[in-house]
Amino acid sequence: MAIRSFLLFLLCFYSSLSPVLSLYEDQVGLMDWHQQYIGKVKQAVFSTQKTGRRRVIVSTEENVIASLDLRHGEIFWRHLFGSNDAIDGIDIGLGKYVITLSSGGSILRSWNLPDGQMVWESFLQGPKHSKSFLLVPTNMKIEKDNAIVVFSNGGLHAVSCIDGEVLWKKDFEAESFEVQKVINPPGSDLIYVVGFAASSQFEMYQINARNGELLKHESATFSSGFLREVSLVSSDTIVALDSTGSILLTISFQNGEISFQQTPISNLYEEFSGPAVIIPSSVPGIFAIKTNAVTIFIRVIGEGKLEVVEKTNHEIAVSDALPISEGQQAFALIQNAGSEIHLAVKLAHDWDTNLLKESIKMDQQRGLVHKVFINNYIRTDRSHGFRVLIVMEDHSLLLLQQGLIVWSREDGLASIIDVTTSELPLERDGVSVAKVEHSLFEWLKGHMLKLKGTLMLASPEDVAAIQSMRLKSSEKSKMTRDHNGFRKLLIVLTRARKLFALHTGDGRIVWSHLLRSLHKSEACLSPIGLNLYQWQVPHHHAMDENPSVLVISRCGPSSDAPGVLSFVDTYTGKELSSVSLSHDVAQVIPLPYTDSTEQRLHLLIDSDKHAHLYPKTSEALNIFKHEFSNIYWYSVEGHNGIIKGHVLKCKCTGDMAKDFCFDTRELWSVVFPSDSEKIIATVTRKLNEVVHTQAKVIADQDVMYKYISKNLLFVATVAPKGSGEVGSVTPEESWLAAYLIDTVTGRILHRVTHHGAQGPVHAVFSENWVVYHYFNLRAHRYEMSVIEIYDQSRADNKDVWKLVLGKHNLTSPISLFSRPEVITKSQSYFFTHSVKAIAVTSTAKGITSKQLLIGTIGDQVLALDKRFLDPRRSVNPTQAEKEEGMIPLTDSLPIIPQSYVTHALRVECLRGILTVPAKLESTTLVFAHGVDLFFTQLAPSRTYDSLTEDFNYALLLITIVALVAAIFVTWRLSERKELQDKWR
Amino acid sequence: MAPIARLLLLMLLSAALSISSGSGDGFSINGRVRIPQGLGTKGFALPGKTSNVKVILNGGQIVTYLRPDGYFSFQNIPAGTHLIEVAAIGYFFSPVRVDVSARNPGKVQAALTENRRGLSELVLEPLKDEQYYEIREPFSIMNVVKSPMGLMMGFMVVVVFLMPKLVENMDPEEMRRAQEEMRSQGVPSLASLLPGGGRN
Repeated sequence: MAIRSFLLFLLCFYSSLSPVLSLYEDQVGLMDWHQQYIGKVKQAVFSTQKTGRRRVIVSTEENVIASLDLRHGEIFWRHLFGSNDAIDGIDIGLGKYVITLSSGGSILRSWNLPDGQMVWESFLQGPKHSKSFLLVPTNMKIEKDNAIVVFSNGGLHAVSCIDGEVLWKKDFEAESFEVQKVINPPGSDLIYVVGFAASSQFEMYQINARNGELLKHESATFSSGFLREVSLVSSDTIVALDSTGSILLTISFQNGEISFQQTPISNLYEEFSGPAVIIPSSVPGIFAIKTNAVTIFIRVIGEGKLEVVEKTNHEIAVSDALPISEGQQAFALIQNAGSEIHLAVKLAHDWDTNLLKESIKMDQQRGLVHKVFINNYIRTDRSHGFRVLIVMEDHSLLLLQQGLIVWSREDGLASIIDVTTSELPLERDGVSVAKVEHSLFEWLKGHMLKLKGTLMLASPEDVAAIQSMRLKSSEKSKMTRDHNGFRKLLIVLTRARKLFALHTGDGRIVWSHLLRSLHKSEACLSPIGLNLYQWQVPHHHAMDENPSVLVISRCGPSSDAPGVLSFVDTYTGKELSSVSLSHDVAQVIPLPYTDSTEQRLHLLIDSDKHAHLYPKTSEALNIFKHEFSNIYWYSVEGHNGIIKGHVLKCKCTGDMAKDFCFDTRELWSVVFPSDSEKIIATVTRKLNEVVHTQAKVIADQDVMYKYISKNLLFVATVAPKGSGEVGSVTPEESWLAAYLIDTVTGRILHRVTHHGAQGPVHAVFSENWVVYHYFNLRAHRYEMSVIEIYDQSRADNKDVWKLVLGKHNLTSPISLFSRPEVITKSQSYFFTHSVKAIAVTSTAKGITSKQLLIGTIGDQVLALDKRFLDPRRSVNPTQAEKEEGMIPLTDSLPIIPQSYVTHALRVECLRGILTVPAKLESTTLVFAHGVDLFFTQLAPSRTYDSLTEDFNYALLLITIVALVAAIFVTWRLSERKELQDKWR
Repeated sequence: MAPIARLLLLMLLSAALSISSGSGDGFSINGRVRIPQGLGTKGFALPGKTSNVKVILNGGQIVTYLRPDGYFSFQNIPAGTHLIEVAAIGYFFSPVRVDVSARNPGKVQAALTENRRGLSELVLEPLKDEQYYEIREPFSIMNVVKSPMGLMMGFMVVVVFLMPKLVENMDPEEMRRAQEEMRSQGVPSLASLLPGGGRN
């Protein structure tokens, strides 16, 4: 009994320790890496005052505003706005405030330039939505206050730069008035608001900037209408195109008088055909139009006369004008020419001379230049130097100066669509021989330092040395496969249609590849990357092949646009081949079969419910035919609340008849009543999840059998009213129903309703349990529930005699068509935070206990032991249950700060968490991505199968040496004593 | 008298909560985040540094930042029950339930959802600071002694040095008796030491 209680004590002792993942502060960066990004830059403003650090303020398509170091491209500070708070404009006011206009022009904020602290926030309201403009005049004073002029929501506002007070406001009531430009001529107190009303009317308002008084309102009609884009060529002239896109209109509104000048484009450019578009810019005197891949630069020479200055076939990007000295303005022009880009900086009024002309070699994988921002500095010889910030097609940001790329940022990684992993090449003899430890002395010294560290005797310098030594260890960033499976490649597809391979050791980019097949072309106008699948994972048969991934994308935003497949080698990043499909891709099913070269069979379902088999080889077809009747899948139609099960029928009939196309048949359907239930979440198990055992031994030597099926689908539905945001419904009119559906038969195995609950629902499915997170309106807190499903049909297999005599049903075939006898257990708990994503750890053999990884609203990832979400928890567990390690029931789940896997870091705008098993059973690799990337290794039950990184080998050696020495000494002593005894 | 007092109290409360009906289509919620100076000195966010603190309405519907004095506001909020969360590295904030009533704009409530404590004014304070790292314990002799190695060593010391002393101090006659007793019983078997061995 005593021993038993001692064991119990030990168990309790360990179980009380184990939920804490715990990381020491000096271990940061050892196993994990964190990368910060900002996204594709929309607008950039330079701040290069003589005092203080030189920086550039950027706003991006990820709703980020950031201050970057102009020397190295590092982030000084950064803020991420809400997802529906897109940034419309940024500028710098008074040289020390960053002004941002966001949310369709309704929120104006001011930030302190050096540290990014918000100074004030102002809400601008108006009668209607409209385009919004932000104007920060340099020297417009209203009652000693520097003013900001904002046009938004159909009104013009003047806002104080100091405290955000609205100084005056002028509403534009006219219903159809669409503002195009807001102009404040330098040095004047007038503001011009110009735009179009109806389809053919040009309107101009002249407003006193001091008090918002309307001075003049003129309008003029042009019978054939306007295209919406305009280009500002001087402070009182704009250029527009007529609605056919073939006549240029120069509209001048000098002194409040509107005058039109018409110039047919064919007069300027003989080969002109088809409609042209204006490239929006604001360079005085010059504008550009684009027609049929030809870009034409046109100069305005007084009184509406136009003159073509240059024609080019290259893709171009033009910056805004930059005043460099009295009356002179410069702008940058970039032409993409194959592997080089040509940068020219010109004066606005003098096209023919270049202030700067450079050709810069550009990585082909970055694509075309999309945006240019220019900034100047004064060289020591008082001449002007220019630096240019460019945004590339792959969303990267580069700074060019003196013909060189000073720095670059891979900001495409801020918008990851899909992630998969790939193994690294095997270490081959002679290719990369493991380096012998540099020298014994160094090695000893290192271990002495570590010893000092553990004994807390190290000085701060020693600590720094230990830290750098650990980070430098080349072991983790090698380019070969390791024994423990920690080193892998993360293959990442970004919204810019670029593939990246990141090394898990240190997060560096191994290769990057802009998918050529997804290039904009005639056939494929706006390609969108969709998904990544592992296409070929060489395992046994095809060891010499490189692994490859399948990238699925489609041409255009609508779901019925034709798909494109590309196959990419994961070692080199080369695109092996690509196929433009004739059908669209509604669903992709990776089949659990591979051919002789280890290519995985994939079934692509199009919107007409035809199934297409890839790869299109006869071998694949043979394998497929063999398994023809065993392939089932389901589809979810969220908009009309139907879940359908499908099965293959026969080869395609009709004109589509081909070998690799199959007709399908609907097998079952579950229709949710549209007036009371709306599908908001569906989750299945991960395809590659490994389950170690079906049996679960519970207290008092009892066994429960998990109901493990790959074909279970978790569906959450809510009342249609409750599908909105939190706070939009009352508890009485909202409910949430959770279903477990078998996707082969369509049988509903379990249904539970939570009254007074609301979405959003985040769920994760693993083994035989599902955990989901939702909002409880009655308690007004978030809740997490767990459902575990057990197989009752084998519950009577516990008797040993039955097993011995063979009267068990363990070998009876499992068919999903027989009615399963299942029981479910469930329990709910409160959880403090909103959740952005949930994942579960996965290990190689599935033995290690599981942890939930919860991405919280604060953009941190919390690891929570599955034991906290065990439906068998009770308030007073019995002695036996305590022994099993069951935690007494509490009403809410604990949040232990030490178990944040992201520790003191944030993964801004967290979107997804991926877990990958390592070869070492205890360890799982975790990759969290959003605008930031974070990677770490986790050991949910501690590293029980290997020594930790900081294991002290030196201490072990010293102990052994000391023991051996002690043995010798005591031996000698005892010999001497014996001798003395004998003499006595 | 009592109803009047209650009414007064209600009015006072609503004034402090500063939820006002804004112009146009909705209300505004104004509040303040206060991080006490005592907290967070060993935390990771610098004390008083509020530039990275986010205030989030309804799980991400609106995100806003703090002004230097800690104030924040949400505009155009429809009537109903809302949830405000504060995301600050190094601190644990409880989400706050805020009721904005449409029928009588003065009647509003705010309560921490973690401990159901009502707030008379919308001042959010962290419940505790969060320590993300384990703290290395300084080197001490006690730790070494307590470790398994240390215990083993201690036991060995006891056996090597104290046991002979005990044997020496024993009465020689008693010693002889004990030895004889042992001889008569035979060598104790290992089985008798095991649990359950005593039964047979």
